[in-house]
Amino acid sequence: MQRIINFILRYRNAFLYGFLVLVSLVMTINSHSYHQSRFFNSSKWISGNVYGWSAHLSSYFGLRQENRKLVEENQRLRLALLNAPGDSIPALDPSLIQFQVTSARLIKNSIASPRNYLTTDKGEKQGVRQDMGVVTTGGILGLVENVAKNYATVQSVLNTKSNINAKIKNSQHFGSLIWNARDYTTVQLIDIPRLVSLVVGDTIVTGGMSSIFPENIPIGTIKKYELNPSRTFYNIEVALFNDMGNIRNVYLIGNRDLEEIRTLEERTSDE
Amino acid sequence: MNNALFLTLARFVLLVLTQVLIFNSLNFLGAINPMVYVIFFYWYPLKANRGLFMMVSFFLGLLIDIFSDTLALNAIASLTLAYARPVILRFCFGVNYEFQNFSFKNTTKVQRFTFLALLVLTHHLIFFSLEILSFGHILLILRKVFATGLVTLVLCVLFSSLFSPKSE
Repeated sequence: MQRIINFILRYRNAFLYGFLVLVSLVMTINSHSYHQSRFFNSSKWISGNVYGWSAHLSSYFGLRQENRKLVEENQRLRLALLNAPGDSIPALDPSLIQFQVTSARLIKNSIASPRNYLTTDKGEKQGVRQDMGVVTTGGILGLVENVAKNYATVQSVLNTKSNINAKIKNSQHFGSLIWNARDYTTVQLIDIPRLVSLVVGDTIVTGGMSSIFPENIPIGTIKKYELNPSRTFYNIEVALFNDMGNIRNVYLIGNRDLEEIRTLEERTSDE
Repeated sequence: MNNALFLTLARFVLLVLTQVLIFNSLNFLGAINPMVYVIFFYWYPLKANRGLFMMVSFFLGLLIDIFSDTLALNAIASLTLAYARPVILRFCFGVNYEFQNFSFKNTTKVQRFTFLALLVLTHHLIFFSLEILSFGHILLILRKVFATGLVTLVLCVLFSSLFSPKSE
């Protein structure tokens, strides 16, 4: 016994090192295999507040540009509204609305890592839930992964774990939008069948197969494409509409029927 | 003694804040975010309790991980750096550093630079290997280590000469 204790005491630093490495490896593997860690992430109390203060200070520097972006969007929406045929605009009956929209500000952005997470200044108190879609005036941004009381973290489309249903505009051929971690201005669209005719510059939008995003939210344009090694599907490089490094205001989109769709899908796959 | 403790604590807090608020959103040349907090391992007292040093480093890394949503990557890298620091010290300064009256004052610039460069290299190698976690991307890892490491090193050299204590 004495010798065992002596042994442990002599190599206590190595033991401490081994123990702490083990702890952190477990955390790493947990956050790799499933969602980002639920207990330690940047939406939590200390980090959320620090980022909140910092964003509060730095938000003054981009006000002019941000205002211009929002006014341009308003202009676009007004144009669409005024030119729409009268009977195509449904009355805003709250019981008929499928998608809820909440606005939020980004208080932390990241584009340099292979798994990028963003943080917004709205959380559970303001009605943000897990798996809400996040878009900007330019297009798609990601989806809500973890929610704290006043903040939420967002899994960016620039994340190797991200997988979003997308299609080519004005067609029904859909594929999966992924990111290979190489360039923060381009993402990849895979699984588009070979028989589809593609043109460089075509617009890519979200498909209707996902219960998270509404259909036809812009993503980007085709930059180049090639057949995959088995020559059955296309690998398409998509240039994003969003300037991912320069984003302040975002919209969170919640699908009212998400719960119902999820339960139904789970029941179907169980059988 | 108390003064040294206070200094280390202040460095800890300030380095975490500088790292997460400034350098994590730098995106220099697209995607280079230097990890200047590595200089903590250069500044930390040489004759300190090793176990405590490892605990402090672990929490430093973990705190930065929580802020940047890279759970436990920074923690492993800094922990390993703290564990390996005596080896790196011996490599750079010879057996001299074990003597009671050793301090950075009586070492050459080249020695100090090598020490800092090795710290940065070790840290970045571990960090990026774990972050990308695939041997198929070995070139991507090396490119990231080299590019980010270079910027980190330049900034750390600047920091170390800017904030070097005059009395020591």
